[in-house]
Amino acid sequence: MDPNSWILPIITFIPLVGVVIVMFIPKEKATPIKVVSLVVSLIPLALSVWLWAAYDRGGPQFPEGVQFGVRVPWIPSLGVNFAMGVDGLSVPLVFLTALLTTLSLLYSFIIAERPKEYFWMFLLLETGMLGVFVSLDFVLFFVFWEVSLVPMYFLIGIWGGPRREYAAIKFFLYTMVGSMAMLLAILAMYFSPEVLRLAGQHTFDMIAIAKAHPYAANATIAALVFWGLFLGFAIKVPMFPFHTWLPDAHVEAPTAGSVILAGILLKMGTYGFMRVLMTMLPQTFAHYWWIIAILSLIAIVYGALVAMAQWDFKKLIAYSSVNHMGYVTLGCAVAGSGLLAGEQSKIIALNGAQMQVFSHGLLTGALFILVGIIYERAHTRMLSDFGGLGAVMPIYAGMLSFCSFGSLGLPGMTGFIAELSVLTGTYNASPLVAGLALIGIVVTAAFMLWTVQRVLLGPVNPRWQNLPDADAREIISLAPLMALALIFGIVPSHILATFNAASQAIVGILH
Amino acid sequence: MVARELFVRCRIRNQISYSVMTEYAWLIPLLPALAFGLTLLFGRRGPGKGAYIAIGAICASLVMACALAVEWFIAGGSQANRGLYTVSVPWMPVGTGAIHTGFSIDALSVVMLLVVTVVASLVQIYSIGYMHGDPRYPRYFAYHSLFASAMLALVIANNMLLMFISWELVGLTSYLLIGFWFERPSAMRAAKKAFLVTRVGDVGFLAGMILLYIKTGSFDLFGKEGVFENLTRLDVIGPFGLPLVAIAGLLLFCGAVGKSAQFPLHVWLPDAMEGPTPVSALIHAATMVAAGVYLVARMYPVYLADASGTALQAVAYVGAFTALFAATIGLAQNDIKRILAYSTISQLGYMMASLGVFGYVAAVFHLMTHAFFKANLFLGAGSVIHGTGTQDIREMGGLRRHMPWTYWTFLISTLSLCGVPFVTAGGWSKEEILAVAWHTNRVVFAAGVFGALLTTCYMFRLVYRVFHGQPRNTQIHAHESPRVMLVPLVVLGFLAISAGYVGTPWANVFEHNLLPVLGETYLWVLEHRLEGMGHGFNAVVFAMALGAVAVGIALASLIWLKPVLNIQKLQPYFGWLARLVANKYYIDEIYQATVIRALMAACWIAFKFDYWVIDYAIVNGVGYLTRLASQLYGWFDRTVVDGLVNLIGWTTKALGNALRYLQTGVAQHYVFLTVVALVIISLAVLVGHYREEAWIPIAGFYR
Repeated sequence: MDPNSWILPIITFIPLVGVVIVMFIPKEKATPIKVVSLVVSLIPLALSVWLWAAYDRGGPQFPEGVQFGVRVPWIPSLGVNFAMGVDGLSVPLVFLTALLTTLSLLYSFIIAERPKEYFWMFLLLETGMLGVFVSLDFVLFFVFWEVSLVPMYFLIGIWGGPRREYAAIKFFLYTMVGSMAMLLAILAMYFSPEVLRLAGQHTFDMIAIAKAHPYAANATIAALVFWGLFLGFAIKVPMFPFHTWLPDAHVEAPTAGSVILAGILLKMGTYGFMRVLMTMLPQTFAHYWWIIAILSLIAIVYGALVAMAQWDFKKLIAYSSVNHMGYVTLGCAVAGSGLLAGEQSKIIALNGAQMQVFSHGLLTGALFILVGIIYERAHTRMLSDFGGLGAVMPIYAGMLSFCSFGSLGLPGMTGFIAELSVLTGTYNASPLVAGLALIGIVVTAAFMLWTVQRVLLGPVNPRWQNLPDADAREIISLAPLMALALIFGIVPSHILATFNAASQAIVGILH
Repeated sequence: MVARELFVRCRIRNQISYSVMTEYAWLIPLLPALAFGLTLLFGRRGPGKGAYIAIGAICASLVMACALAVEWFIAGGSQANRGLYTVSVPWMPVGTGAIHTGFSIDALSVVMLLVVTVVASLVQIYSIGYMHGDPRYPRYFAYHSLFASAMLALVIANNMLLMFISWELVGLTSYLLIGFWFERPSAMRAAKKAFLVTRVGDVGFLAGMILLYIKTGSFDLFGKEGVFENLTRLDVIGPFGLPLVAIAGLLLFCGAVGKSAQFPLHVWLPDAMEGPTPVSALIHAATMVAAGVYLVARMYPVYLADASGTALQAVAYVGAFTALFAATIGLAQNDIKRILAYSTISQLGYMMASLGVFGYVAAVFHLMTHAFFKANLFLGAGSVIHGTGTQDIREMGGLRRHMPWTYWTFLISTLSLCGVPFVTAGGWSKEEILAVAWHTNRVVFAAGVFGALLTTCYMFRLVYRVFHGQPRNTQIHAHESPRVMLVPLVVLGFLAISAGYVGTPWANVFEHNLLPVLGETYLWVLEHRLEGMGHGFNAVVFAMALGAVAVGIALASLIWLKPVLNIQKLQPYFGWLARLVANKYYIDEIYQATVIRALMAACWIAFKFDYWVIDYAIVNGVGYLTRLASQLYGWFDRTVVDGLVNLIGWTTKALGNALRYLQTGVAQHYVFLTVVALVIISLAVLVGHYREEAWIPIAGFYR
């Protein structure tokens, strides 16, 4: 066992310790609650930086092996282990989770209503999300998957906007439907003869299942399992046409909730695509890749078009997420396609998909914070109400412009590298799909610029003459996101090398 | 030490040593980038409110560019085939390999570096006067530095990726500077329009770049593994019956059409005049809009490799059409900057047309001279606007006396733009274009000559309206601009004449140094295409060009200086034509009615579909059906299942209720009932005795 195998359980469960600590602080002491939560969240952040630094890019990749692995029998009679480990796919996501949680907690210092519950739920949410990305046993994975669902339900339902109950229930039930389909598919894989033959017993071990390729000989059952898992992940991403819970949840969620929702929870879906669908059912994926590609293409173009028709700032960003996540699933579809030629371009596509995951987490997270900042001041999100804020709030205007241009894929930032890579990979698979996806690029630019114009440019609306500019707390919440989007956009070699190792392993399964 | 090993040094063709200046050319774009960061963060407290940081950086770049120019054009004149210098570093790992990025220096890059640094530094100096007192003064210079950095990176990029990145970044700075006075709704709309229209073209660039990458396996332009050495892999028939290499060329040309404002994507450039005038001079006249021409020139091997010639023909005809089309619109505008904007579109059309008819050197030459005289014209226009406070030429007149420096420099550059032979830079470059077109494509040649006539007409109309005659608006008290604005005018005026002498037909230093840039293979193709074209002076072409200019000046003088010809008389017959031209052929309105409206309709339909069909009908429908089903089940549960349970209870209770009446507690009743029962049972037994069969089933059952 790896001598550093303590790191992943520590990272995962430190926030849970924080939950307990916060529970023991009297609810009247709001400031200690907030400070303790923030400090606790810094520990996984620091450890995840160390994890990424210590992670060996040349080392084993799932499913051949993992790094920092830990494996302890949990329910031996059922073949359940407490198994954790990371590879190039999950290390950046662990870091992103820790980073966004810390920044969200910092931004959430303005929360005045029931801060105690808010902050311990946020920490519980962090444990759930981290757990999903490090689990290597399906029971553990599923537990964390569901654990991350519950706090978000309450965050939307208690601290949300006017239609919070509707949004929270819709979010919960919709995701639950996917979870149930996924659970059935997981059980089917557990009982598959291939796994039994390879492992000697029925097991939930993800590495064993991935190596066994469950139901490789039985296309019908494999397809059923595939679509069950697909439903679970596609709802989470969300892919067209399962996306309509997202705008409602985003609009009603508190700002930090939206940041986490867009930044991490959606990524659990794409993580599932790469970790489970593409590695465990590669043949089935290769058979059905074109369906995922077409749905992704629709998400890219259609998401951009619908975003353009929005008048609520937050809903617009929510729909832009549908558009951006379309690139991720398109990259996955192309990388897992059954085309024999072009291993190189498949790797590019998958690198791009992972880059887009990271980039969207940074930039859309930042955009939700920016929407929150303006909503806190103006108490409206209607785009038609704004205008001319560029002269009133220059720092805010600079940050919003920066993130908007990053989001529309301006070169020099992470989004460009992601879109370029995905499109390059797609071009090799199908020039037509790539060509149609290019339409999305133009429409994305159009609605982003239009938004910037409606909020920042033009004559100053006298209503907002005295709005204060972004304060230090807000700038500190945003600066790391923007800095990373810029640094990894200019010098992408380090982060791409991490992604590249994972992509090679995943694409290599089919070749 | 590891980093040093990472460098992949490619020295192509011959192993000669390069100067320190060449090896450190990457500093040229880097200095303005640093200035951008410094000015943005500390500009307000910096020297000259940030202006001196930006100007210092661009002047340092200018010095380096000059050193390079001396080395490559003058000192290196004897060794024209020294080849390019290129350095790459790995940038994006892909599988087991990597995508590289880096820079290269050759004669084309040096020309562009020189043009950009000269114009940018002069424009920035000029801006000290022009932008004096603006509340966002430091930010203006920060944006200028960012622009300079991106533009300089674009021209020394040795791979398509870095080219595209810089290409988009100059688009960003263009957006920021057009919308610099963003409180004005027209400025913010123009900025958005510029970004979006060019992005439509950029999508073509992106697609072409990806196509080249997929087929050649490299984003790098040079070297054994580079794009140019492997173009034969694209020599297969693709869609529309065209070779893939022609498709790639056409896609790249889309990017150039957007950036260089060629028809039909020219609509953004006139609106871009909403930006501060120095910005128009630098970005929207001299440098950024010429980037499209640079792109086609840099990627010229792709066009030469296309044996079908389709891509180059498209370039030629789009360019020639744009040159004429924009010139006609220029005749009918009244905004001084818009006239110059249409003139820019027209001149960019000349450059494109020149590239399309194999006038590779002539196009780059015209790019250079145009940068100088057009920047001068715009800065002169800025001086006029600064001095009068208006942009409408109908309000000007007689400014010659009040603004002599502005007038003379403006006139020199006007003559250069018109292409007056022998004495102006524009003359040399335009005649070179016409000479090539005369040899390869007479249609383009005719368009070029007629375009020169139109150019002369609208430019002299402008000069006469602004500087000659009497002031039309007595409210305006014109004054000459401060010296900081005049010095750049004089320098550019000097260049508008002298820059042409590097490329005279007799001693064409320019051509001699520029042609080797193509590399031996493609140079051979180009020379093959131009076979039979005489070198040196072409008297016929010069005579025709001179004739066009002379006729143009005469016509303009007769109409606008000494109104001998009264064009008002044509009103009844050609009024519709005048309206059509004055309204820019209604292209904007056509786009508004078709593309924009279709897009908005698509958005609205998609949104309604999302709201009503997907969310309301399907998702909420499923939710509603689930609730309905549970309500139905609830009803069934309450009514039927529970009802049965209750029925049993109720029956029992009812029976009990009924039987309760028997329990009266009165002894007589019980005795009476006992007697009645006795009688009934006795009767039953008696009757049963006679009908014994009736009992049989039961009896049989027990039996």
